[in-house]
Amino acid sequence: MTAITHHIPDPLLAAYAAGNLPAPYALVVATHISMCLECRAAFDAHQAAGGVVLENIDQEPLSSDLKSSTLALLDRPAPAKPTYKRSGVFPGPVMEVLKGKPPKWKSLGLGVRQSILSSGPAGSARLLYIPPGQAVPDHSHNGLELTLVLQGSFSDSEGRFGVGDLEVADQDVEHTPTADEGAPCICIAATDAPLRFNSFVPRMLQPLFRI
Amino acid sequence: MLYANTDIDTVDRPPIPGPRKGKAQVTKASQDLSQQTTWMLAVRDARDQAAFAALFDYFAPRLKGFIIRSGAGAGQAEEIVQEVMLTVWRKSDQFDPARAQVSAWVYQIARNKQIDVFRKEQRPLPEALTQDPEADPDASQIIALEQEAGKLRQALALLKPDQRSVIEQAYLGELSHQEISTQTGLPLGTIKSRIRLALEKLRHELKEIR
Repeated sequence: MTAITHHIPDPLLAAYAAGNLPAPYALVVATHISMCLECRAAFDAHQAAGGVVLENIDQEPLSSDLKSSTLALLDRPAPAKPTYKRSGVFPGPVMEVLKGKPPKWKSLGLGVRQSILSSGPAGSARLLYIPPGQAVPDHSHNGLELTLVLQGSFSDSEGRFGVGDLEVADQDVEHTPTADEGAPCICIAATDAPLRFNSFVPRMLQPLFRI
Repeated sequence: MLYANTDIDTVDRPPIPGPRKGKAQVTKASQDLSQQTTWMLAVRDARDQAAFAALFDYFAPRLKGFIIRSGAGAGQAEEIVQEVMLTVWRKSDQFDPARAQVSAWVYQIARNKQIDVFRKEQRPLPEALTQDPEADPDASQIIALEQEAGKLRQALALLKPDQRSVIEQAYLGELSHQEISTQTGLPLGTIKSRIRLALEKLRHELKEIR
């Protein structure tokens, strides 16, 4: 495995640590951190800063019985919550959204497939499967788009992106990611708005595919 | 000998340490550790309820202030405070003092809980790194991290009030991600390097037990 060269920009990481990143982006950031020691360290550093802010915040007096009622609950068993581990190329945070099951792929034509993980007012997150040499349909987008490679690699005007690399594209970037030769490229991508395709036919299909 | 073959490894290896070995080592250096870390380790390693009560006294009023500032009423804030503190107790095995100050760890739990309650969604979290329970806790590493956190505290205190307020707003979740991207943050380079070392050590230990 080659080293990760495209990391999470610091302001994005700060926003994630502070809990202020819309859920689709937060999913991509959490997935990258699961794959990248460098960004995990940076994330922990932001938590340290958050901790210092917490230490210095104005205190509020507590109700007199809060402590005793909390202590009384210590022996209660914790509610069981499943934890999801990496499965194949999908790190834990992706498996959590998939609830431990394999993704359900839908064809977008020309061998390109997608699996929508979430879609709502906060944006959308999807998995993309792109055969070698194939391009993701030419598109631009309204806001920020994050694309993280889970398998294989792709290249576009911004460079080459291998496993663990994160591409951050704002609305000014009109890019055509093309999967490199080798294994099919599998990515997770998040946008805060529906994608806009530039050619007519995909634009017509867009409402059908929710892309 | 990091990659000794197993035969040599068996010969060279000291007797299997007792379950309390690690704890004893941390206790030895505990006069150098902050109170919060000492309490947290007592909760983690000995399920010490008195130490938990001490952590509660320190953190609960701060957590309540923190949560009220993000818009909760007093009653709801106390419910969240209780949940956060119970999570501290229940998930204490995930606390790694070489990677996080207690306040950093509690901060993260509090933000998760707030997102749960206010946005009715669960924040996606990175895969947890499991610790090797047999690994020797390295007191010097813990102390080094505490020193870095101390410098961070000083850096925040030395900022002009309006700069400090922006940083507080950012970590309290009062700024959107677009707003954060235009702000300059605290100097986090050295603490990040320190945590990175701890992560590399952890990864190495995990490889050895696999």
